[in-house]
Amino acid sequence: MIEKSPRLVAIDGGAVVKEALRRIEQPSRRLFLQRSLTLGGLSLLTGCAIVDEDSVENALMKVSRFNDKVQGWLFDPKLLAPTYPEAMITRPFPFNAYYGEDEIREVDAHSYRLEVTGMVADRHAWTLPELRALQQTDQVTRHICVEGWSAIGKWGGVSFASFLSRVGADTSAKYVGFKCADDYYTSIDMPTALHPQTLLALSYDGQPLPPRYGFPMKLRMPTKLGYKNPKHIQAIFVTNTYPGGYWEDQGYNWFGGS
Amino acid sequence: MISDLGVSMTDDTRPVHPAWLRATHWLNALAVVILAMSGWRIYNAAPFFDFTIPGAITLGGWLGGAIQWHFAAMWLLAANGLAYLLCNAGTGRLFSQFFPLSPRAIVADLLAALRGRLSHADLRRYNAVQRAAYLFVMLDAVLLVLSGLVLWKSVQFPLLRELLGGYETARRVHFLAMAALVAFVMVHLAMVALVPRTLLAMIRGR
Repeated sequence: MIEKSPRLVAIDGGAVVKEALRRIEQPSRRLFLQRSLTLGGLSLLTGCAIVDEDSVENALMKVSRFNDKVQGWLFDPKLLAPTYPEAMITRPFPFNAYYGEDEIREVDAHSYRLEVTGMVADRHAWTLPELRALQQTDQVTRHICVEGWSAIGKWGGVSFASFLSRVGADTSAKYVGFKCADDYYTSIDMPTALHPQTLLALSYDGQPLPPRYGFPMKLRMPTKLGYKNPKHIQAIFVTNTYPGGYWEDQGYNWFGGS
Repeated sequence: MISDLGVSMTDDTRPVHPAWLRATHWLNALAVVILAMSGWRIYNAAPFFDFTIPGAITLGGWLGGAIQWHFAAMWLLAANGLAYLLCNAGTGRLFSQFFPLSPRAIVADLLAALRGRLSHADLRRYNAVQRAAYLFVMLDAVLLVLSGLVLWKSVQFPLLRELLGGYETARRVHFLAMAALVAFVMVHLAMVALVPRTLLAMIRGR
């Protein structure tokens, strides 16, 4: 503030101060400055702790549950997310998790078993070769992160609807839950589980899913935000009991649809 | 009492602003403050310009909290905005208060305002600059809601998404529409500070 550009040094300092004082003397200007200060003071309130008050937090959580319902109602099970040409794939596709890249879990392909439990007829555990033997399909879609950024990627794998039908899942159940090798967990609504673009993804860009993107298998849904797409899936369960999720239990919206 | 068209309204006992207008104005102000401050924190999670918003003027504490505030206040903005537009159009106020409006009148009133010669004797009548500014902010709020819908539900509103140039473009549209709204609010507050009677009129009606 004190250092002025050389150009300004030439100005008669005394005259400037005099003029400024004259202007401030005008009642309307003084009033204006006072009011601006008050408005500035209001902004100091913003660091306050209203967010920490339980009642406000509960009210916001209730609105979030209401927003789950609205999104369930808005969700059109036949409406497809846009797909893109391969030339539009974001390279490199960003890594994102609740931990850093140096903590990516390594899952052993040979000992890997996918548990399927809950309201399903066939509860046998799946090996990786069994999963890879199922009919595969791929798609180039936009991944939208809750942070706002988005990236286009190509995932391949098994249609989740066909997998659920193969294991005899009760599709009148409300939720499908997921538990992962990186201790992440989440859950989704049944209509989204049955959406034609919902994939049990085993590959990325034509290669086996690399560890950074969730080896050996992740759930890929272009109709939901990134945190709803669990990686390193070890267990899938069908249930009517709300399973929550890692981020959802901390306050992210449960439906998380786009 | 009313004898002629264009008669002075000094004897008029009607409030300057009807009660529904004052109620929707202040609810809207509340919604806009919450939405802007929580929106700034959401922007900070993945800024697409070279700057971030100072954390002290944001709301929510962390991304999840900011989103909760944002997606709660959006209902207030939408419901209140709809009520305002319906009352405004239904009572005929929208057309009587905001029209006619010509670019020439806006320039003339703007020049008069800058020379300090714009009369505020009758707060019931908006000058051309006010008409233009308030109509602009109405349209800007509509753009904010529409671009916000694309960000929230880009798959479920495909037509809207394509009209706004896709998800990534909609993010920028939403941000720039916010910036325009904030610019309006700053000028609006400066004007209120210069003509404080307008604040009283918006609170108690006269």
